Amino acid sequence: MKIIKSLLMGASLAMVASAASVSYAATSGNTLATVDPEADRLALQSYFQKRFPKVQVEDYVNGIYALDAPSREQWQDIEEFPPYEFDIEEGEELFNEAFANGKSYADCFANGGIGIRQNFPRWDEAQGQVVTLELAINQCREANNEKALGWKKGKIAKISAYMAFTSRDNVFDVQIPNDDAKAAYLDGKQSFYTRRGQLNMSCANCHVAGANILIRADLPGPTLGQVTHFPVFRSKWGELGTLQRRYGGCQKNVRGEPQKTQGDKFRNLEFFQTYMSNGLVVNGPGSRK
Amino acid sequence: MAKGILRAKAKAKGGNTVVKIMAKHDMETGNRKDKSGNKIPANYIQTLSVAYNGKTVMESNMGTAISKNPYLSFTFVGGAKGDELQMTWTEITGATATETAKIK
Repeated sequence: MKIIKSLLMGASLAMVASAASVSYAATSGNTLATVDPEADRLALQSYFQKRFPKVQVEDYVNGIYALDAPSREQWQDIEEFPPYEFDIEEGEELFNEAFANGKSYADCFANGGIGIRQNFPRWDEAQGQVVTLELAINQCREANNEKALGWKKGKIAKISAYMAFTSRDNVFDVQIPNDDAKAAYLDGKQSFYTRRGQLNMSCANCHVAGANILIRADLPGPTLGQVTHFPVFRSKWGELGTLQRRYGGCQKNVRGEPQKTQGDKFRNLEFFQTYMSNGLVVNGPGSRK
Repeated sequence: MAKGILRAKAKAKGGNTVVKIMAKHDMETGNRKDKSGNKIPANYIQTLSVAYNGKTVMESNMGTAISKNPYLSFTFVGGAKGDELQMTWTEITGATATETAKIK
């Protein structure tokens, strides 16, 4: 009964907020003219600081483990021998392997692809779209006559894990250089706050109002700092997976039709979420329940 | 030295040594099927034992219930910083090897 009450409380908190038709942790507007990403980012930090006064903003990179002590203990035990360790090693090998034409990933990325995770996702003016790290990896492959990798797991996740690992402690600083980029940010923000699926829940229901509130046997993590540790070794998967693998999974969790991996919607959502974590550091790859 | 399949961390503390080992191994049960529907042949670690100063301090019998990349943690009485542990594993195929780890 405690659990049901918790979920209802989360749901009703969300209803009150959306009745006000203002995203309660993102006080700026919902149109291109009125949206203010910096105001949203600061409002989100302020929301979580009010709710969890003892938690430092930089600790949010550890997600729910920053908020819940028992889970944190279990996670720290696991981190003694991180389950993603082998994946980083394999990722390094894959990253260094040359393409058939003699080139490699180092040729596609700044600084040879080392220590650059914090630059993604970024608005690419020439392409007119948001480019995520995984998209850049596959674009690099295709530019060099290699077949694209699957988006959600396996090789792409391992390469992404290695690249994240070399970037640990670098600070995220997503830029919104013009109105087109702002429109992408707005699209991501709208996705984040829109209810979907048979359960009619939005990302915000679980990860803003519902953060650290039991939903069945899980505690959703806060959306602040949520993307910094990806790709993630999720115990449930028993393996590494990318952020957008989880996006699809979350949408299925609310019994909705999952949107296209690395499609516009997911890339804009990742753009929005990463902007909200600006100022926090890369700590990927991570491990989660 | 060729990289083995075991990654070990051993720490001596207060007369005991705490050992954590993770093995890089698929632990194929023999029941999984590949894309064509054929069973992937079984290959898993059957025994993993650790010896210190010639004496066995931990012996484990594994099987199909142990999942991929098995992780073990145990404590034994004794052990000192700088000493070595001998870790021996055998697969059901008969393959076997001994790897060493230093106690910190």
